[in-house]
Amino acid sequence: MTSLERAAPHAASAEPVAPVRLLLDAWTVASAELRKLAHDPTEVATRAVQPILWLVVFGQVMAQSRVIETGSVGYMDFLAPGVLAQSALFSAIFFGIAVIWERDLGVLHKYLVSPASREALVAGKALAGGLRALVQAFVVYLAAVLIGIHLRWELPSLVGVALVVVLGAAGFATFSLIVACVVRTRERFMGIGQVLTMPLFFASSAIYPISLMPGWLQVFAHLNPLTYQVDALRALMIDGGPSTYPIPLDIAVLAGTVVVLVAIASRLYPRLAQ
Amino acid sequence: MTAPAIECAALTRRFDALTAVDALTLQVADGEVFGLLGPNGAGKTTTIKMLITLLDPTSGGARVAGHDIVRDARAVRRSIGYVPQLLSSDGTLSARENLDISTRLYHVPRGERRQRIDEALEFMGLSEVGDKLVRTFSGGMIRRLEIAQAMLHRPAVLFLDEPTVGLDPVARRAVWEHVRRLRERDGTTVMLTTHYMDEAAELCERLGIMHLGKLAALGTPAELAAQVGPGATLDAVFTHFTGSGLDEGGSYRDVARTRRTARRLG
Repeated sequence: MTSLERAAPHAASAEPVAPVRLLLDAWTVASAELRKLAHDPTEVATRAVQPILWLVVFGQVMAQSRVIETGSVGYMDFLAPGVLAQSALFSAIFFGIAVIWERDLGVLHKYLVSPASREALVAGKALAGGLRALVQAFVVYLAAVLIGIHLRWELPSLVGVALVVVLGAAGFATFSLIVACVVRTRERFMGIGQVLTMPLFFASSAIYPISLMPGWLQVFAHLNPLTYQVDALRALMIDGGPSTYPIPLDIAVLAGTVVVLVAIASRLYPRLAQ
Repeated sequence: MTAPAIECAALTRRFDALTAVDALTLQVADGEVFGLLGPNGAGKTTTIKMLITLLDPTSGGARVAGHDIVRDARAVRRSIGYVPQLLSSDGTLSARENLDISTRLYHVPRGERRQRIDEALEFMGLSEVGDKLVRTFSGGMIRRLEIAQAMLHRPAVLFLDEPTVGLDPVARRAVWEHVRRLRERDGTTVMLTTHYMDEAAELCERLGIMHLGKLAALGTPAELAAQVGPGATLDAVFTHFTGSGLDEGGSYRDVARTRRTARRLG
């Protein structure tokens, strides 16, 4: 057989245009992650414990003590969107560990020698990181119903919540992937992951309004995508929930963050295999 | 004669002070099974990583299946299959799911995917276990699956990096047998690295022996033996050209990695 004949199967298949190809390839990567999740959902399930504790223990105590002024809604209603964003963040920020693990195994190399573009591979990982967070959203909603938080149930707001949760988690998962590409080992990553989560969490409007923060911290909070995620969630999730910014602006910030981070990550990702 | 499947011209890769691959010039003919031999650290894996576009050369260049590895990396990726020394199958997915990911990443048309996957499982003797999770497989089964996975898109050139490391003798023979049958079926050019002399003798039509990043010798197993002396074994050839006994062990990282792979495969 000559090389010409071997090339024939490729020539015969019509190649879709680049953006479609990118989405198809990204979906291939993401769906592999989701299938893994379906085979073994324990990890995501155990991660659901933490938000329940925040709501039921931290939230109830803080609500009783009435030290945080939350305006038109009660503290529990104020807190629930923050807890949802936080649990998605805590899970997404360790996403990079899985990528280092794939590098150590060799699975990463298999992806990188395929014709899929680097952008598609990273976007697929980001999408998977985002979709995983929907499991947490489901758990937080269950807990929220049980403790009587005033949720909105109209379809558009539910879709909006899903979109904001996926975008936010995709952004933090990609950020985690970038960190993984820089630190390269699991041990270093674990240390850095812990260091990153707390500042992101506390310098946001997740558990208290930004207006209560000292000036320098407010600057950080305004640069933190988590702030915008929580802001949108508060309006979309909670009946009468207050939001500081227009929701389209929140979504634009989150989407822009994902795009920029995916662009950076797709330059760094191939270096992991070297 | 058709154009060579692999063509390296003064291919060089430096890591800081270390020159891992030093001006490697080499041609592998279409349809040939070529073995790259050498002790740990000789530059075999670095060479392969450049040829499969995971690593850019510092200087020099190469063409694989007619495509430049730097300028035309995606065309190279479309034309090759690669089985890494480490594991490339995902243990937390089934064999079929692993193959499905590859057919989609390699853009095998939707209508052909199922048939290709069935054929691949059948060919590698894995039809019975297609829906089982790969982590329940033996080392030999995983290797066969990985080779099947790397061949789904019928690549012109197949790269195997230490294909039988950590396998028991029976599993090794099975892997060799499958590589030979694949080549008969598809006429694929194969480049493999190994430090097992029996593997080189069994599978390879031509060998390149690497030492300290350079090509120390090149030829058929018989030609190389003749250069060393009458009746020389491949072990003697290896020692002659690399000035070392087989496998002093490599770095701590290499050892840790090989052991880990071996344990996981075994």
